[in-house]
Amino acid sequence: MAVRDYIRERFMPHIWCPGCGHGIVMNTLIRAVENLGLRKNDIIMVSGIGCSARITGYLDFHTLHTLHGRALAFATGVKLGRPDLHIIVPMGDGDATAIGGNHFIHAARRNIDMTAIIMNNRIYGMTGGQYSPLSGYGRMATTAPYGNIDQAFDIVELAWSAGATFVARTTTYHAHDMVTILEKAIVHKGFSVVEVLSQCPTYYGRKNKLGDAVEMMKSYQKGTTPIGSNAKKQNPDLVERGIFVQEEKPEYCTEYEKIIQKVKGEKQR
Amino acid sequence: MTISGESLKATSQKKSSKNKIFIEIRRDWCKGCGICVAFCPKKVLELDEHEKSSISNPEACTQCGFCELHCPDMAIELILIQEGTK
Ligand SMILES: Cc1ncc(C[n+]2csc(CCOP(=O)(O)OP(=O)(O)O)c2C)c(N)n1
Ligand code: SF4
Ligand code: SF4
Ligand code: SF4
Repeated sequence: MAVRDYIRERFMPHIWCPGCGHGIVMNTLIRAVENLGLRKNDIIMVSGIGCSARITGYLDFHTLHTLHGRALAFATGVKLGRPDLHIIVPMGDGDATAIGGNHFIHAARRNIDMTAIIMNNRIYGMTGGQYSPLSGYGRMATTAPYGNIDQAFDIVELAWSAGATFVARTTTYHAHDMVTILEKAIVHKGFSVVEVLSQCPTYYGRKNKLGDAVEMMKSYQKGTTPIGSNAKKQNPDLVERGIFVQEEKPEYCTEYEKIIQKVKGEKQR
Repeated sequence: MTISGESLKATSQKKSSKNKIFIEIRRDWCKGCGICVAFCPKKVLELDEHEKSSISNPEACTQCGFCELHCPDMAIELILIQEGTK
């Protein structure tokens, strides 16, 4: 299928600002789905609220646009009802790790089969540039005019320690890698987390004098390195990208089905 | 290069292959962010006077696909025309 067959063209051009990284995530995700040969009806996409969450409006899968921070809760219900379908949950960093932080760690702990894509622009884009748990110490935001005093989460470490069985990080500059990572995340049986560093030139970029979208993408190119590279040993400030965790553990819906079968069997006896 | 309605098209052909590629830019979707222009390794694209991406040097295109995959607005499509077909 052509890429545009996956888009609801009637809503284009989309609302994202010029150069917004979220558009690159959407572009890349379409190609991953196409490469996997999935039909549009094989996918249910569930999002919360935020610039990132608007993605469900544009993609022509089964889509649910729900409440800020609650996408994973809705997605859990959907998955238990239709365990045969692929569930993709795109979230902002605020959506996933601030208001939705508890849903996030518990979905990871349960290892429920779905793909969480965290479009990390390190700020609340939709509401005007308030700091998020990913903004970072010393960074500027509308709500931190003198510099942020909060420390940031590391999404990869958070997801890993909470029990996610597939954890990866990539950036909008590395969209070719992102296609492969998303393919693996979608077919992985268990809770997959893909963190994508995604530029918000309008708020994070402007507040922190990081330049336009092109400059911000160049900073992803220069500021990141493949996991375990020599460059990382020489410069510990580099952010690692790639697949950090990929392992098999009992999956929630499969375990739930086993319980149902077991109880049914006992009743028949 | 042709401009038909809201989209703009140009063909490029790799020296090593008979396959042609058709670069299509949907100008009504393009927001002029300049990502395709800045990162195209062969300087095939430029922003025109309306701040929209346009194809200034189609012959240099290596069909690497960077522009198509990194356009946040899905405004660029590379269409492969295989040898023997029109
Ligand atoms: C319960 C609730 N609280 C607050 C809001 C306001 N709100 C909307 S989007 C948003 C944050 C958006 O930031 P993020 O999730 O990081 O996504 P981005 O817009 O940056 O992509 C907030 C606080 C809301 N819609 N609902
Ligand atoms: S405010 Fe930021 S995150 Fe929202 S659309 Fe604009 S650039 Fe993207
Ligand atoms: S990347 Fe897309 S939106 Fe940006 S200038 Fe190029 S064609 Fe236009
Ligand atoms: S395919 Fe590659 S070389 Fe051709 S215009 Fe796009 S970025 Fe430039």
